[in-house]
Parts: sequence; structure tokens; C-alpha cells
Amino acid sequence: MNAFALEILRTSGEHVVLVATAVVAAFVIGAPAAITLTLHARTRRWVLGLVNVIQTIPSLALFGVLLPIPLIGGIGKRTAIIVLALYALLPIMRNMVVGILGVEAGIRESALAMGMTRQQILWRVEIPLALPTILAGLRIAIVSTIGTATVAAAIGGGGLGTFIFRGIATADLTTVLAGAVPAAVMAIIADEVLEWAERRYSV
Amino acid sequence: MSAFVEFERVTYQVDGRDVLRGIELSLDRNETLVLLGRSGSGKTTLLKMINRLLRPSSGEVRFEDRSVAEWDPIRLRRRIGYVIQDGGLFPHIPVARNVGLVPELEGWPQEKIRARVDELLDAVGLEPEIYAKRYPGQLSGGEKQRVGIARALAADPPLLLLDEPFAALDPVTRYDMQQHFLKLSKVFDKAALFVTHDLREALLLGSRIALLHEGRVEWIGPRDEFQRAASPHARTFLRTLELERAH
Repeated sequence: MNAFALEILRTSGEHVVLVATAVVAAFVIGAPAAITLTLHARTRRWVLGLVNVIQTIPSLALFGVLLPIPLIGGIGKRTAIIVLALYALLPIMRNMVVGILGVEAGIRESALAMGMTRQQILWRVEIPLALPTILAGLRIAIVSTIGTATVAAAIGGGGLGTFIFRGIATADLTTVLAGAVPAAVMAIIADEVLEWAERRYSV
Repeated sequence: MSAFVEFERVTYQVDGRDVLRGIELSLDRNETLVLLGRSGSGKTTLLKMINRLLRPSSGEVRFEDRSVAEWDPIRLRRRIGYVIQDGGLFPHIPVARNVGLVPELEGWPQEKIRARVDELLDAVGLEPEIYAKRYPGQLSGGEKQRVGIARALAADPPLLLLDEPFAALDPVTRYDMQQHFLKLSKVFDKAALFVTHDLREALLLGSRIALLHEGRVEWIGPRDEFQRAASPHARTFLRTLELERAH
């Protein structure tokens, strides 16, 4: 294998790590937050609104804004992961909230009437029934993060964007494609696998 | 005096509207009391006060000589079987797990749960071998109600609350279920509060009938006396029966 192919492979690996870390972080923060939000209607509107606003900021701008901020900002992977996680937050949280609140009232009431505790209703009824919707949110988060992560190279975050930016700078199409094609393939594979999982857990 | 379930001057308001007014009611062990009334008469609300899905605005509801407000709601609800119109079955788990859910929550050993589930499916007329593994989505309306009743009976609660359990069924299935319910209530020896808007069903299943109108108990008594009830709304209900006969 030549050096170029090896570099594509290494950079793809970097890209996967970037995406995985960001999505896992977004899920670890977003999922418990979403569950809490299902219980508080007013807070829910505010928090989801805020998360929604983050989503409307162009990613390149958000990277730029975070650069001068100490601790969470600066050049490198950490800033990239934080930005990507912020973007992944919306689909994860919104789908979780919608999925849980969408459980039929009659089902929730009979769970309550059978003497299930709040925790039991959440884990045994609401989350299993919301699972397809939650997985759909995760799918959107992963697929879009794979795309957005290419921008991370602009602030030294590494990943497949490195090729794209280098290719643009040197007006070399092959180098651009070396970044774009693996990213696209990655997105398609992730999409297919998660769609299968979604179907698998539908009632 | 101690009754099994007792309502004392119970009222319930929502947004300034009186849903229940001055309810006095008692239920003995092993009797089936039918709450008869038109939609909006407050019968479902009354039912939900017993397992504390709703709390009275004033007055007191007692179950087994203790105010419902003092019961631990989880313990209370596990002693009361609840059946609703569309069954309220959990669509993501098979019939056997639906039926065995309360025993499972109560920590029964697996073997005992399985035996109990088989026994109950048999009792409601569903072959365990065929139905245990099915999902609620694969059942007909009547089968869902049967599973709903089996589930309510699972942990052997002394009281059943049934909220128009047969209202959405076709007439033949409904008749079948009513006959089945009569048999079951003899076999399992439970107290039951049965909500319906159908006088025929009330006369068939109730040992006593309470007629609710605009949040009040307008008439209460043994079912044989309902025909002679003087209250105007009882007459209205009886007229529907006469009309059916006339045709």
C-alpha cells in the first residue's frame, strides 16, 4: 500500500474517533437532560429553544467563536469535539423528548395504575417504546456529524477535512476527493446500519 | 361501620367545574357495583380516585379501612386490578409478560409467574400455547380485553376497577365477554367496580347499580329494584331499553 492510501486510512480513523467522541459526549449529556425535560414543560421549551439556536450558527463561525475562549477553545481536537457535540445535541435531545412524550396516554396511565414506579415506567415502558425515535435521532446526529467534522480541520482538529482543505488550497481535485469520498461512504454506511437498528426495535 | 371501599362526601373540581359533588358510596367485599351514567357524568373520575390516579378536592376515599391518601400509592395500586377500554396493554412485550407484569414487579419467582400466567390465560379463554408469545398488536379487540382482564387479576388483587372494558367491542364479542366476566367473578371471588353507560350491561353484571348524573349519585340500589327506580334519569335509561324491545 502506498503512503497516500495509508494517510487516507489514518485520517479516516481520526475522523471516526472525532465523530464517535462527539456523539457519545452529546448522548451522555443530552439523554439524561432530555429525560429530565420530559417532566418540566416550561424548562423544556427554553432548553430546546437554546439548543435549536446553537444549531442555526454556521459551523465554521462556531469554530471561530470558540477559538479565543480559554479551556474549551483553542486550536486542536478538543475544540472540534466540543463544537461537534453541541451540534449533535439537538437531534438527540429533541427525538428523545418527542419519543418519550409520544407514548400513548392510555399506556402510561395503565402503567401507573399497575403500581409501577416513575423509574419503572421510564425504563420498562417509555424508553422501549421511544427507542425507534431515539435511534432515529442518533442516526441524524451521527450522519450530520460525519459531514460537519470535515470542517474541524480548519481549526486543527484533524480528520478527513485535512484533505479537503489542503486540496482547496492547492486547487487539487484528487486531494479534495481523498477527503470527501471516504466521508460520504462513512455517512452512507452509518445511515444504513442505524436504519436497520431502528427497524429492528420498532413495535 | 367498615366497608371495603368507601367514599365520604367526595367532591372533585377541575377549572372551577364540579365533576363530582358530595359522593357517598360504599362497596363490600365480593360484590360487583356498576356505576351507570352518560358520558361526562363523572364515573371514570370516581373510579380513578380509588387507585389514586386522581385525588379528591375534598372528602375522603377509603380502601380497606384506610384513607387512600395515607396508602403508599404503589402498594395501593398493586392491590387493585385496573381494566380500561382499549386494554392499555404494552405493545412492546408479549402477552405472557403483559399478564405477568405485576407479579414480576412484586418479585415472584419465574416458575410461579409462568404458572400463574398460564392459569389466567386459561381462565379468560385464551390457549396459553397459542397466545403467550403473541404481541398485543396481533390480537383482536376481544382478545386484548381478555388479556387486559387476565393482567388485572395477575397478582390476585381483592378489588377490580373496570372502566367500560367492553364498550368498544362488537355486540357478539361483548355478549361473550359479559358472560365470561360473570363466570370469572364467581370463580375469583373479587369485589369489582364496573363503569358502563349501557343499562343492559349494568343489569346483567351488577349486584348493585349506582346511577351517576352530573357528578352526583342519583340512585343506588340492588339491580332488581332499578326497574322501579323513580329518579328521572333512571327512567330515561329504562326508556332506552323499552325502545329496543319495541323494535
